[in-house]
Amino acid sequence: MKYLHYFGSYLLLLRQAFSRPEKWSMYSKEVFRQCVEIGIGSLSIIAIISTFIGAVTAVQFSYQLKSIGIVPMWWMGSILRKSMILELAPTLSALLLAGKVGSNIASELGSMRISEQIDAYEIMGVNTPSYLIGPKIMAAIIVVPCLIIISVFLGILGGGVAGVLGKFFTLSEYVRGLQDNLDMHDVRVMFVKTFFFALIISSISCYKGYNVQGGAIEIGKASTQAVVMSSIVVIIVNFIVAFTLL
Amino acid sequence: MIEIRDIRKSFGEHEVLKGVSSVFEDGKCNLIIGKSGSGKTVTIKCMVGLLSQDAGTILFDGRDLQQMDFDGKKSIRREIGMLFQGTALFDSMTVEENIRFPLDMFTKMSAAEKADRVNTCLQRVNMTNTNKKYPGELSGGMKKRVGIARAIVQNPRYLFCDEPNSGLDPKTSMVIDHLIQEITQEFKITTVINTHDMNSVMGIGDKVLFLHEGKKYWEGSSAEILKIESGELFDFIFASDFLKDLRKHAKF
Repeated sequence: MKYLHYFGSYLLLLRQAFSRPEKWSMYSKEVFRQCVEIGIGSLSIIAIISTFIGAVTAVQFSYQLKSIGIVPMWWMGSILRKSMILELAPTLSALLLAGKVGSNIASELGSMRISEQIDAYEIMGVNTPSYLIGPKIMAAIIVVPCLIIISVFLGILGGGVAGVLGKFFTLSEYVRGLQDNLDMHDVRVMFVKTFFFALIISSISCYKGYNVQGGAIEIGKASTQAVVMSSIVVIIVNFIVAFTLL
Repeated sequence: MIEIRDIRKSFGEHEVLKGVSSVFEDGKCNLIIGKSGSGKTVTIKCMVGLLSQDAGTILFDGRDLQQMDFDGKKSIRREIGMLFQGTALFDSMTVEENIRFPLDMFTKMSAAEKADRVNTCLQRVNMTNTNKKYPGELSGGMKKRVGIARAIVQNPRYLFCDEPNSGLDPKTSMVIDHLIQEITQEFKITTVINTHDMNSVMGIGDKVLFLHEGKKYWEGSSAEILKIESGELFDFIFASDFLKDLRKHAKF
């Protein structure tokens, strides 16, 4: 019953967050600010993680393929491209963003709640879910796909560099693999996953932060819960999307 | 004028307000005093609509907040200014942006008009040349003054102050008190202040409402309060032996 209550209040908050903004210019300014915060703030960590994930995947896969011996090495390009697009870039980036962006959003809103800033907005007559939560979710939906596209490219690049430097395959083999049989359905699945992940991470974190009651300890707890909950839901939704669309 | 009639509010099993009624008049500083946990903050939060009362009526110049639809409530809220205990200034905004925010959100004023209005408010609270500072760069008293400037920027009809003196030294407290009093009289607004501070009670309390255990225990003027000889209010006012001695020797 408790979980049903939470889910119900989460859906109600989401509905309020997407209600008509008081003033579009203020709303869009806030969306832009959040895009910068989420996008630029997460770019470096996404870049580093994706490059090395691509590199390590290329090295370990090549090692396995070489030990089998009968598989042509140009397949590596194709394997890495598919892995990055379908799984590694969207899911790993989402888990990373759940940690970074999710905790940031939850603690920001939690601090605003505790320091009565949200009350101050409400007394002015501001629809706080629409002004404080709506732009964060919207910005995540805009920016997270961009981050994941960057992640795919950097992962493939990292994999190529690592594989060539490690002499597992040549550059021409790798490029041949990358160009082989590119299925646009994979890209569509990636974008569907990305949309849901952005929505999940931002909305769960907003819900947890917005409903904080108490003090500094509760802000910390809300932040942790936001990360844990978002990560679990991301993994479950990842399976559901893959199971449904592939 | 704000009238509250038989306000009741419970949190679970605990009844915090047990039927509080009073009238807060225009152009006056109306003070709500009482011990911690007596229901002062809950009363104010019900009045401004941050909490919904379980029973009773709150009338803003005859308009019942509880009976209003969303737009009606919004329009009354725009007539309300509030100074919070911790000031509740927006950390990510400068002083100027904090004060300008309600104008940006709800008015169609030009940038020059807004800047003019912000500067007028800052001037009124003696905080000129702080426009570009962030709340984190200000002292407690300065934050309170900026909070007052933000509260009055939309020319409110009602001003609520929750513990305006908390965390301030006695001298700064007096400055804040007199600022609130001047603004109340100057703009003829209805001001409701929730405080523990007896200096405020004696200095600016046109009307004092004493709450005890969620009920109205006493109501009157600050002059009348000194005639109290015993009971909960007496214990509250003369809480320290020093004040009791002082009262004895001063022969109030």
